[in-house]
Amino acid sequence: MATTLKPVDVVIIGGGFTGLTMAKELCSRTALSVLVLERGVERSLGDYAIGMDELDYAVRLRMMQNAAQETITHRHSPRATAVPIRQYGSFLPGTGVGGSGEHWQGMAWRYFPDVFELRTHLVRKHGASRLPGDLDVRDWGVTYDQLEPHYWRAEQTLGVGGKAGNLRGRIIPGGNPYEGPRANDYPLPPLKRAYLSKLFADGAAKLGLHPHPTPSALLSQPYTNPDGVSRGACEYCGYCERFGCMVGAKAQPTNTLLPVLRAQKTFELRTGCWVRRILHKEGRITGVRYADASGRDVAQPAAIVVLATYTLNNVRLLHLSTVGMPYDPGSRQGTLGRNLTHQVIDRTPVFFEKPLNRFMGAGALTDRVSDFDGDHGLTGSEGILRLGAIEVQAAGARPIASFGAMPNAAAKRNWGSEWKASAVTWYDRSAPLVFVGEHLAWRQNFMDLDPTYTDKFGDPLLRFTLDWTEHEHRQREVGSDIAKKIARAMGAKLDDTHPARGPYDATAYQSTHIQGGAIMGTSPESSVVNEHLQHWQMPDLWVIGASSFPQNASHNPTLTALALTTWAADALIGRYLRSPGKLV
Amino acid sequence: MRRREFITLPAVALGGAMLDSLARESRRLRMVGENVLVPLRFFTGQEAQVIAAACERIFPRDATGPGATDAGVVVYIDRQLAGPYGRDTYRYVTPPFLDSVPQHGYQGRETPRDTYRAGIRALGDFARLPAAEQDAKLVAIEQSRFFELLRAHTMEGVFSDPIHGGNTNLVGWRLIGFPGPRMQYRTQIDKHFGEAWRPKPAGLAQITGRPVVPFEDEGK
Repeated sequence: MATTLKPVDVVIIGGGFTGLTMAKELCSRTALSVLVLERGVERSLGDYAIGMDELDYAVRLRMMQNAAQETITHRHSPRATAVPIRQYGSFLPGTGVGGSGEHWQGMAWRYFPDVFELRTHLVRKHGASRLPGDLDVRDWGVTYDQLEPHYWRAEQTLGVGGKAGNLRGRIIPGGNPYEGPRANDYPLPPLKRAYLSKLFADGAAKLGLHPHPTPSALLSQPYTNPDGVSRGACEYCGYCERFGCMVGAKAQPTNTLLPVLRAQKTFELRTGCWVRRILHKEGRITGVRYADASGRDVAQPAAIVVLATYTLNNVRLLHLSTVGMPYDPGSRQGTLGRNLTHQVIDRTPVFFEKPLNRFMGAGALTDRVSDFDGDHGLTGSEGILRLGAIEVQAAGARPIASFGAMPNAAAKRNWGSEWKASAVTWYDRSAPLVFVGEHLAWRQNFMDLDPTYTDKFGDPLLRFTLDWTEHEHRQREVGSDIAKKIARAMGAKLDDTHPARGPYDATAYQSTHIQGGAIMGTSPESSVVNEHLQHWQMPDLWVIGASSFPQNASHNPTLTALALTTWAADALIGRYLRSPGKLV
Repeated sequence: MRRREFITLPAVALGGAMLDSLARESRRLRMVGENVLVPLRFFTGQEAQVIAAACERIFPRDATGPGATDAGVVVYIDRQLAGPYGRDTYRYVTPPFLDSVPQHGYQGRETPRDTYRAGIRALGDFARLPAAEQDAKLVAIEQSRFFELLRAHTMEGVFSDPIHGGNTNLVGWRLIGFPGPRMQYRTQIDKHFGEAWRPKPAGLAQITGRPVVPFEDEGK
């Protein structure tokens, strides 16, 4: 029998970037009591300093969810039997206060305007009849122009540094000329550039392309944000992704949001609390049920629930709580679980004459060319609708992951003296050029519950049905050809290889960008939440985060997830609280 | 209690790294002449000799520089297998265990400890064979999960922080010019373009001046 606790006004499930952003909005703008339930532990800056250990953090994945307790299952098609992903590989969901926002790389992109209206854009460009029947891209119900002030709020909160490419319609050299118009320049300038950044920028410029720095949530200078939170500048230590920041320069929920929330009397954070069900009765939220750190079964009544976990758990909790209608790819009926997207990545290994000192770097010390991103660089002969960007990352190279890169012909096997000599020679003289592509939504890619495998409580695991289509294979091939051209212009050596056309590989890291499953939109027939991220069927349930993205972009999703959170908070606070009911 | 097992390593190879990685067990270390007897947590002494020999073929001491034995890789692997990793504490091990495509990763029931025990048994008298025959044996198992783990763990043992028992005297990091987690490059990141800049390497415990409990020792 569950222990029932004293009611609160709002329960937020998940203490990561979106959950704590929503908590900050609610606590600073209303008198509501806000309880954040986080199933992981708390960490501090000191933990991150002694955590600069590649083995425990980047290999044994100490900041990530423990797959022994819960994972996903995967199958490539609805005809196949799914098996559990027994160790996370192609994406790495974080756990603990701050969630994946602690171990991210800090790339703080805005999405292109056309991504938010992709269906309309593609129909206008190609005609509805020329789009593939299985293509499931959507308009989001919110436009770039509506989100622009929210992007700006997020950039100020995090202290994003970058080079504007489009300031109120004026194109600025050195920035990304293809970005949506910005009302304001970045709060801070870009990070310093590394040797590798310079090689890339020079090479790309020789080809007439427009290289530009990636917007960075690692501070390029000491900064105090509008909430009065001060942080120091990045040290370029090279321990960013898969690590928490040991100097606090990387914007993380624990160093940008928690300091503000700690001062709020109406805020409570409970860790070690594993929410298993959202409770509801007759179409209204009544609270949540969770197992606390000691395993005790707890019912927490609440008037409003904000579901703010990583995509996987957002979708799984809705399924487990029987909220909404599960999607069926055969009939295309139902909405919950549809539009599952990941990221289309291809890495071209490139070899240089001179050493790079790659141990120095920063997660967002990345340079890109966007000349082929979206579809503005496509000629029509490539056989694809959307492409992506090419980037180089001076993110810091650590030896376990980096040792062994060499040209194909350099050694017969991948061990022994010949291999070792070559690996030592090339160790600091190689780096990949990365193609980062949009992943379009296809009708056959979706998430539901697995019929066989369960988590540590006996609840069914989330099941992915996901595979690459011809479109993604072509994106990689076209992207890889462009990357090779840039590499040659950089004066680098490279092998004549082509991206493998294999099935989706759950073992090889792509990006921790999983989108969809609880998508936003303008109709309850085709989306789970409305354009304010309010659940269509249950008005006191709000589902925020990348689960709401109908398709992914080439850009990292964090800033868009944050912009959508304050967008949703404005609707929740400004409209819903005045008249609690469906906003649409 | 299992009988205490040891591996014999040359004291000179262990050197200062003893302070980082073996301090907790210093009372159990024994010197015999020029050698140190390092207590083992998982392997038997004989098993450790087989693994040490195999790792040395994977990452040999040669003209390029020090090898797996110099780095103390076998001590590293022994500790990993004795800890949560070796026991699959962080892998989803709920049945049924079905065969699947390679893109789903390892789907078997065996823990890394099981895989090593069986793999070592199959290598037989490996430690006593000449190098060429050792190489032939490794080539024969190159596609096995045991070899995949052994190779990966050898690299980890050479290149991980010495808190884990390998990378003795930072030989792995010195070999490739990796300075360790030194933290501060703000005034250096935009310099040294095209030239090798190699700050003196240091391990995490030395840099932070704080005790660091590695994953494998948690709860010990």
